[in-house]
Amino acid sequence: MTAVVIGASAGGPSALQHLLSHLDASFRGPVVVVNHLGPDGPDFLADMLAKTSRLPVETARERIVAQPGVVYVAPSGYHLLLEKGGRFALSMDEKVAFSRPSIDVLFASAATAYGANLAGVVLTGANADGAEGLHLIRRAGGLAFVQDPDEAAIRTMPTAALARAGADYCGSLAHIADRINRLPR
Amino acid sequence: MSPETDPALLEELEVDLFVEVLHRRYGYDFRDYGRASLTRRIRNLVSQQGEQSIADLAARVLHQPERIGDVIAGLSVPVSEFFRDPSVFLALREVVLPALSTYSQITIWQAGCARGEEVYSLAILLTEAGLYDRTHIFATDISDAALASAKEGIYPSEDLRDAARRYLAGGGTHTLSDYYHARYDRAKMDQRLISRVTFANHNLVTDEVFCEAHLILCRNVLIYFTDVLQDRVLGKFATSLVRGGFLCVGTRENLQFSPAAQKFHAIDIKAQLYRLQGKR
Repeated sequence: MTAVVIGASAGGPSALQHLLSHLDASFRGPVVVVNHLGPDGPDFLADMLAKTSRLPVETARERIVAQPGVVYVAPSGYHLLLEKGGRFALSMDEKVAFSRPSIDVLFASAATAYGANLAGVVLTGANADGAEGLHLIRRAGGLAFVQDPDEAAIRTMPTAALARAGADYCGSLAHIADRINRLPR
Repeated sequence: MSPETDPALLEELEVDLFVEVLHRRYGYDFRDYGRASLTRRIRNLVSQQGEQSIADLAARVLHQPERIGDVIAGLSVPVSEFFRDPSVFLALREVVLPALSTYSQITIWQAGCARGEEVYSLAILLTEAGLYDRTHIFATDISDAALASAKEGIYPSEDLRDAARRYLAGGGTHTLSDYYHARYDRAKMDQRLISRVTFANHNLVTDEVFCEAHLILCRNVLIYFTDVLQDRVLGKFATSLVRGGFLCVGTRENLQFSPAAQKFHAIDIKAQLYRLQGKR
């Protein structure tokens, strides 16, 4: 079973909505999302994404095992990490490149926990978070999908990810969703 | 897969080695720290200290005791802020302090005080409630560097400006600037706020309980511990607290896997405020 980790920043919520709405209801991997511009309400993003996602969406809780076929959103103000065995851990360590949660922190831990059974996805954003993490995911044998910078609301983040990590696929949100749907179950 | 073919397994082995060095050589027990965060901090240390690998760092620390202070400081990465989660301070003000005011002497243990932001926040809260003069606060941390900086009480002015709104949202009755002197970009906290604070090095993993507390504040510390260690520490808190004593943990902490947590009942789940079973 392949897990999916997704990082988004500026323009993230609507890109995530779009991407998640194209995922099959039968998708069996856990999907874990870090989005930067954390809204004030702690569970606001999860509630918003739940409206259009065919998979259930929740805010990630510490010590809980990520369940297949569920989308988890990082709570704002904490780094979210995955332990071996797919358990969530939270961290209050310093911000990384002005961000907490940090995409790189999630991706790096997921690469260690899931190795080749992982796909990392970098979407729109105005910084370089996710680039290093995506590199680590590929190095551990996982797949990298990057939103086409020409299609992204802000091209900086996908561009940085492509420069640092390259990608196994770069394209539109609908096509990335299609790749995710076809990951080994 | 064997370590030769799987880099993740190789790194796991190196982390084990490093943790073993800290434990057997220096008595610092990180064996029950959550691996994901611990590994991340160790990786950061490796690059900070200019080492090539975790194994190199382990060897260096093994043979150079003078580096242990930096290593512990690096592994504890103390991050805190003034009046973080104002709703928690409001709950402390409205629910906990009135109960504490019935005691002639109040003892509070802040476990894992990091650089002290929360100690000062707490002292302000107690001052405004008129309870500070009969309170003793034990502020403990595993890192001497963090304790020294907490005692010094100097912070970026920006941190305090950002905190002013949280202080008011947390029920503050004055203005936060009454409690510090800002000069350029640094602010020094009013030292009266720590006149009744004892800063002490204490390791939650290996050290025993040392006081009978009415309130224990330990926010976002247990998140770094495995279930086993989280449970052990909650057991220590239960031992330290008076009957009906209060425990406050971080707002996102999950105590559901700890048998010792059964000794507490939640009185405000949003603020993560608990009370030891059995009223006094």
